[in-house]
Amino acid sequence: MSDRTPPRPGPAPEPRRTGTDSGAPAQDRGRGETKGPDRGAPARGRGRAAQARPFNVTTMPGFATVAILAFVLLYVPIVTMVIYSFNASDSVALWGGFSTRWYAIAWENDFVQEATIRSLVIATSAAVIASTLATMAALGTTRRKRFRGQTLIYVMINQPLMVPEIVTAVALLIFFAAIKTATGYTGLAYLILAHSAFCVPFAYLPIRARLEGMDLTLERAAADLYATPFQTFRRITLPLMAPGIAAGAMLSFVISLDDVIITEFVKSAGQDTLPTYMLGQLRRAVTPEVNAISTALLVLTVLLLTAFFLLTRKRG
Amino acid sequence: MTEEAAVEARNAARYYGSGEATVKALDDVSLTIRKGEFFTLLGPSGCGKTTLLRLIAGFETPTEGQILLSGRDITDIPPNRRRVNTVFQSYALFPHLSVARNIAFGLEMLGQSRAEVGRRVEEMLDLVRLDRMADRKPAMLSGGQQQRVALARALAPAPEVLLLDEPLSALDLKLRKEMQLELKRLQTETGITFVFVTHDQEEALTMSDRIGVMRSGRLQQVGGPREIYNGPVNRFVADFIGETNFLKGMLEGGRVRLASGESLEVPGAAGQGEVTLAIRPEQIRITDDGPIEATLTQTVYFGTDTHCHLHLRDGTEIVARLQSPPSGEVGLTTGETLRLAPVPGAVQVLEGD
Repeated sequence: MSDRTPPRPGPAPEPRRTGTDSGAPAQDRGRGETKGPDRGAPARGRGRAAQARPFNVTTMPGFATVAILAFVLLYVPIVTMVIYSFNASDSVALWGGFSTRWYAIAWENDFVQEATIRSLVIATSAAVIASTLATMAALGTTRRKRFRGQTLIYVMINQPLMVPEIVTAVALLIFFAAIKTATGYTGLAYLILAHSAFCVPFAYLPIRARLEGMDLTLERAAADLYATPFQTFRRITLPLMAPGIAAGAMLSFVISLDDVIITEFVKSAGQDTLPTYMLGQLRRAVTPEVNAISTALLVLTVLLLTAFFLLTRKRG
Repeated sequence: MTEEAAVEARNAARYYGSGEATVKALDDVSLTIRKGEFFTLLGPSGCGKTTLLRLIAGFETPTEGQILLSGRDITDIPPNRRRVNTVFQSYALFPHLSVARNIAFGLEMLGQSRAEVGRRVEEMLDLVRLDRMADRKPAMLSGGQQQRVALARALAPAPEVLLLDEPLSALDLKLRKEMQLELKRLQTETGITFVFVTHDQEEALTMSDRIGVMRSGRLQQVGGPREIYNGPVNRFVADFIGETNFLKGMLEGGRVRLASGESLEVPGAAGQGEVTLAIRPEQIRITDDGPIEATLTQTVYFGTDTHCHLHLRDGTEIVARLQSPPSGEVGLTTGETLRLAPVPGAVQVLEGD
């Protein structure tokens, strides 16, 4: 009968008054006092007494210890890596004073330069392709009433989240090998396609969330105001879903930038990306150069994820 | 207001589902809404009033029947090609556009020039008294202001008909009263046909030129507020619009023998058989020579009125509404036996029960 969405909230409601408020009605204050001498703040205590205290995990013995331990394991290795990326010494383990020389060495390394450019090209392409596909998928799965097989379609779109990556990698290796033999083409397209495919669900989720939070009545209102279906899409739907698309693209970019397993299986000779180059380096001799590259990658990822967070936080 | 039709529904029906599970949201409704009138579709939720509104707007197509706009069949025309605009219950303001751009949207889609659009937006902002809010985003406005933007946006393209889907339901009482007057003013000033949907009978009575009362997908009665209030065609309409007392009895030659035993003269009532009488609470007087005997069970003070809850001899409960005297005391004691008389002409005879 009525529209799906609740009406827009009006001005913010007045904060609930407490018994200590000078503006509280005198009657209220009086009633609080009659309840007994053991009750300190009359009106404020009402809500607390009404409900039993819920189970609170933070008061359990050992909670703080476990929490601290977890955070130590999460952050201390990364902080150590960042610190050692500024190590002047040749050793990974011994501190030899502060220096940025490993950044300079990494920067001037042709292999690192090539791998970085390759990584960025692949990640950018994959982000664009994946977010485009995900936008279409999200539009197709959310702008309608529930339909038969909807869950199946969700599962199919999110396949890369469920199938073990190593399985996909092996499958792609065999599949692309056949195509390589047949066509003779050995370019970057294989990596771009593979990355695009596994990035789709990461782009799909924020875009779908954005669309689901969007009021369908807005599109109806646009049609009511003489907009053709395409004008409605162009002027209303697309601008409103843009933050979701941007967030999806960023997440895809980060996921692609970070991938090792599928890249390792799919890449042809001389197609190292930054992560596979680093993996290769570790197999030989570990130098603080890897620390420097990792730190740079970390900074880029944190920046992108911050932007992602800011984009998805704001709703409406 | 003229007799010319702005909107016509011809045997319009809208079904959902199929087979046994078919729901008749709208069932064979024929209705003519006149040019320039303030027409209200009134009924409880699920009565089909919003469905009918959507058929007029073009968001849904009727399963059967036709919708006409100014005499032209628009049944198969999409909403963007109907000169009809809607004020949505949720307002549906475009959150990424400023107030001015929201109001301009329809005009831009109609392909008006930038200068024309600018002029009209100014005019509309002025009409709804929001000239200083032009550059704000909808989220920065209060509920009442958003409501006025929604109105301005829908009125800007000067539609043939403006549809309003319970637009006041999200506002608090005071603001709602203000907006009722505002809507009436806008309707009079613009001369546009308003089709207003509400479940609030008071809103319907105070604002409308004519009201269509709906129930279970069917139109029950169409008429002016006084006609509907004073001459309801059936028990549902009598009960839904205002408060009413129902008394059962047998009609025999201009008189009705009530279930409680008394005989009541009902001028103009013809025929015979079982009937239900409807009497409004404010049209019952307490007088010593009244024909009906009743026992007072409770009095409830409402400020301007005092409601007297009474029992008839057969146990039927009724309410009489008395104007409160300056002292506030109506001077009646609970348990007292009183005699009641309906105001002449106030008794409605409804057929059956």
